[in-house]
Amino acid sequence: VSEGRLLPRPDADTRLYWSGAADGRLLLQYCADCGKPRFYPRLLCPYCHSDEARWEPAAGSGTIYSFSVVHRAPTPALAAAVPYVVALIELDEGIRMFANVTADPAQVRIGRRVTVTFRHETDEIAIPEFTLIEEATAS
Amino acid sequence: MSLRNRAAITGVGMSRVGAVPDRTGLGLAAEAAKNAVEHAGIGWDEIDGLLTAYSMTERYFMLGSVMCEYLGIAPRYAASMVVGGATPGVMVNHAAMAIASGECSTVLIVIGENRKTGQSTDEAVAALTAVGHPNFENPYGPSLPSLYGLVAQRHMYEHGTTPEQLASVAVTTRYHAGLNPAAQMRTPITVDDVLSSRYIAEPLHLLDCCLISDAAGAIIVTSAERARDLAPKPVYVRGVSEYHTHEHVSMAASLTSTGAEVSSRAAYRMADVEPHDFDVALLYDCFTIVPIIEMEELGLAGRGEAGAFFEQGYARIGGKLPVNTHGGMLSHAHAGAAGGLFHIIEACQQLRGECGERQVAGAGLAVVHVEGGVLSSHCTLVLSNSR
Repeated sequence: VSEGRLLPRPDADTRLYWSGAADGRLLLQYCADCGKPRFYPRLLCPYCHSDEARWEPAAGSGTIYSFSVVHRAPTPALAAAVPYVVALIELDEGIRMFANVTADPAQVRIGRRVTVTFRHETDEIAIPEFTLIEEATAS
Repeated sequence: MSLRNRAAITGVGMSRVGAVPDRTGLGLAAEAAKNAVEHAGIGWDEIDGLLTAYSMTERYFMLGSVMCEYLGIAPRYAASMVVGGATPGVMVNHAAMAIASGECSTVLIVIGENRKTGQSTDEAVAALTAVGHPNFENPYGPSLPSLYGLVAQRHMYEHGTTPEQLASVAVTTRYHAGLNPAAQMRTPITVDDVLSSRYIAEPLHLLDCCLISDAAGAIIVTSAERARDLAPKPVYVRGVSEYHTHEHVSMAASLTSTGAEVSSRAAYRMADVEPHDFDVALLYDCFTIVPIIEMEELGLAGRGEAGAFFEQGYARIGGKLPVNTHGGMLSHAHAGAAGGLFHIIEACQQLRGECGERQVAGAGLAVVHVEGGVLSSHCTLVLSNSR
């Protein structure tokens, strides 16, 4: 799913996040006072309201919290891409983010483990997305 | 200061709904407003407050002021409010506050949009992506139905809710719409019809999704004392409360426990009622999963039990608690913030005994719940025909 997508516009809150993604790294913002990770990046910690933050790379793995398979595209430009999976991913660091899971929709389940990959759109913009981690087959 | 029974709804009005190509959005709103003013039996010059919402088809910068200008009124209190589907409930709260504080005496709440004929279906679908986060959701291509698809999938996972139970919400409201001559879609449907309609965003099928309509509604809110002197039987705002937690679905703490529980309990406390007291429930129903979650959040059904409640027919007129007796947004009409206003209007008509074939016998107490965004902003109203 690449053609016809809306691209993010990096701004003062999110420039580091997107430059990290362009380098193939998923950077998370942490509160420098209470230590909690937050998503999406922003000026104040939504928990303790400190304006001191630091950034750390995420491990890149997580679990599918929920998903939906888009059949009716939101814009004509995406009509050729359906069906595709949109999902909420719970990263192991404890934040939740919206993303595509690039997999056969029939294989996608809540609770399945996923790992981050990057879809490079332009020199400046890469979009984090996720693929399924193969489940160990029971013997 | 409690708002309990301080304000009442008097006149109500609607435009024609469905495809109404001979009206602009403002024209639909004016048609509904005229009907409400005439129903209340008041003069236009008695309106000293006006609240309206927003329009995706007619994007005026200051819609509240534009509405006053179009209608030819000059109130001392006016605003356009943007709280998504929760807007009409939030407006009733604000109108009641303005009346209780003496800011004004008679508030016209009017919302209308020509979403069906004022734009193409592709434009309508694309415009609704505005609900998604521009940088952290929309680059992934979600449709608005897919945002609610996430909610439905999670509820099914946590509670075992089935596609058949989701479908039974659409079947129930369509049955009610069949009893409502004003509804846009009146032909009965079955669970199989819903399940065999095409997927829009799994697990939601076409018939799990609300309509796109040209439609407008209007209500007039005034003081409880003044309402008693007017022709329509007063519908008292006995309880009202809001709760706002987030906007974007990816920021929701939970997809199945929402702000609706908080707003409803505050409204019940103000009204001094319990969930089992209601005769009829009007629940925001942009997608079939939503009334199921709202019933559980509002305490009208146990956790994980609302799907079965619909499936067993308990939400039908004549059942334990009739839900969306006008047909809801799934079958009566849906046009932006006007969608939930029809729930409020239906509650008034039920409490006045004006609903003909779809009348809930002896209805005296109604609960209305509206939500905006993706289960983000909530408002619960407890409406009563006695103080």
